Amino acid sequence: MELIVNIMLGIIIAATPLVFAAIGELVVEKSGVLNLGVEGMMIVGAIAGFSVTIESGNYLAGVVAALAAGALMALLFGFLTQTLFANQVATGLALTMFGLGLAALWGQDYSGKAAGNFPRLDLPVLSDLPLIGTLLFGQDYLVYLSVLLVIGVSWFFRKTRGGLIVRAIGENHDAAHAIGYPVVFYRYLALLFGGACAGLGGAYLSVVQTPFWAEGMTAGRGWIALALVVFAAWRPGRALLGAYLFGGITILQLHSQGFGVEVEAQYLSMLPYLATIAVLVIISSDRLKVKLNAPACLTQPFRAAT
Amino acid sequence: MRYQSFTRLAVAALAAAAFVAAPAAVQAKKLKVGFVYVGPIGDHGWTYQHHQGLLAVKKAYGDKVETTHVENVPEGPDAERVTRQLAQQGHDIIFTTSFGFMNPTIKVAKQFPKVKFEHSTGFKRSKNVATYNIRFYEARYVNGVIAGKMTKSNTIGYIASFPIPEVVRGINAAYLGAKSVNPNVKFKIVWVSTWFDPGKEADAAKALADQGADVIFQHTDSPAAMKLAEQRGISAIGQASNMKAFGPKAQLAAAVNNWATYYVARVKAVMDGTWKSTDTWGGLGAGTLKIASVHERIPADVRKQAAKVEADIASGKFHPFTGPLNKQDGKPFLKAGEKASDGLLAGMNFYVQGVEGSLPK
Repeated sequence: MELIVNIMLGIIIAATPLVFAAIGELVVEKSGVLNLGVEGMMIVGAIAGFSVTIESGNYLAGVVAALAAGALMALLFGFLTQTLFANQVATGLALTMFGLGLAALWGQDYSGKAAGNFPRLDLPVLSDLPLIGTLLFGQDYLVYLSVLLVIGVSWFFRKTRGGLIVRAIGENHDAAHAIGYPVVFYRYLALLFGGACAGLGGAYLSVVQTPFWAEGMTAGRGWIALALVVFAAWRPGRALLGAYLFGGITILQLHSQGFGVEVEAQYLSMLPYLATIAVLVIISSDRLKVKLNAPACLTQPFRAAT
Repeated sequence: MRYQSFTRLAVAALAAAAFVAAPAAVQAKKLKVGFVYVGPIGDHGWTYQHHQGLLAVKKAYGDKVETTHVENVPEGPDAERVTRQLAQQGHDIIFTTSFGFMNPTIKVAKQFPKVKFEHSTGFKRSKNVATYNIRFYEARYVNGVIAGKMTKSNTIGYIASFPIPEVVRGINAAYLGAKSVNPNVKFKIVWVSTWFDPGKEADAAKALADQGADVIFQHTDSPAAMKLAEQRGISAIGQASNMKAFGPKAQLAAAVNNWATYYVARVKAVMDGTWKSTDTWGGLGAGTLKIASVHERIPADVRKQAAKVEADIASGKFHPFTGPLNKQDGKPFLKAGEKASDGLLAGMNFYVQGVEGSLPK
């Protein structure tokens, strides 16, 4: 029983960086922009969060720095693609490479240092409950933030005027422009939000999960987050589910090896990716559903007709 | 007129010759040493230790050498480009420090027969390409002895990267070391299919700890497992570098690669003109491998026992792979008293008897 709780704790930790990065990118794509630079924004967030945490000794400052660093990277992307009309796919790839290099440069003095333990929720009685105590009431604060964020984004798209505007811009930017909504402005906002989330996802790795800085430590998680957005069919709740599924398979395959389950390790390492593809195929089999969900203006640049 | 232009031409030619000759004269004085690294110096593992070797060369010869290093060179076409560039810049000896640099090194070496090349962990040599490696398994055996004595749950976790002989040899050596002092010891081995992914390494360490492992070995490059062991209050063995900063309480001991003596000796050989293409596989005995930072919380008798095993391996009195020894499936591997030859070690692709689980292919 305790082992099951431990496995679930492991899944939460493995999934949380993906939740942050995926929910951010989901909002960006909903507004009709594809930012492939998630990996780059994550790694810059990771070093920003880690370095500021180490220098200031303050976790909140580290979190704010990670948010700001990710948002700044996204701002650069926004300037290039929204204002200068650079190709989104190429710019996103460049942003990833730039981010990896920038983070390596920034992190030179920080490798070999280690951060302490990130503060956790500690409620009287509840956190001390056997088994479910730690699971539900004893996580670090960022775990709760990630879940709240998903609920918030879901609520934003369903219930608010702002959410409706972002969706409209993603579906048909010309129509949204004709009604009088500032398309580029909203896309900038979405990009900043996405960048901040990716930065925080990276910082979760360097400040909470490991916690230390090492070059290239995001190790492809940005790309997984991008896949999760498609996997989720652009729905916030499903993105959360996808991240936990992915984290779950990662952790379970490690555990199954420890228990001596006779499966080739390479297959187990492939499993999360195979699962993503499988679910993708199932979702995509219904053509109408995909059409309804994928923002119609994704990757299309917007130039106001004069 | 003709005379004048001739003198002018002669003067120009002389000046040009002097210009060309001058740097050559400087070069003759300074020996240029190049290093190609696969990772960043700040990885606190593999590349970090190679760079310590470069610094030792600098310290030993001061003004007589000029060193260059290139970090983060991916295994593949880039490695060839970087190595060729170093050769073109007039480096006298070039060290390429990752297994995947093997073919690029051989290729470039053919084009620059006067330049000396040294490739780490590979097996292809030529007239101007030498190879060198460390017997990492010796340290893993000693650390296995420590781990076998220190485990209370009799469960030792092992985070493995890829099923190549280097890694399999390490698992077997650690297991034999632990088994030699603790007949009840069990190894839980988790393959993560990566050399470097701190998040996944931490996840694997967590999974092993959750399943009752209280000492963790790793054959991956980041200190994530060490850091997790520290958080969980269990023990771990440092890999490649001293990882004490990440696990001041957790680190029982670290196996530290020490390339410095080799690099200093090989640079000297080039200076003296005695350099030859050789194959060097040093270990505890040669001083290229060290057990560092053995924790003071380990009881004195265990420390003493480990030190004796270390000394015996170093002196050649004891070999970690000594028969009688069977393979996992019970087939004989070594006869009683037989020591594994380097050829057998280099091709080791099976678990020894007692290790549970199957080896990925």
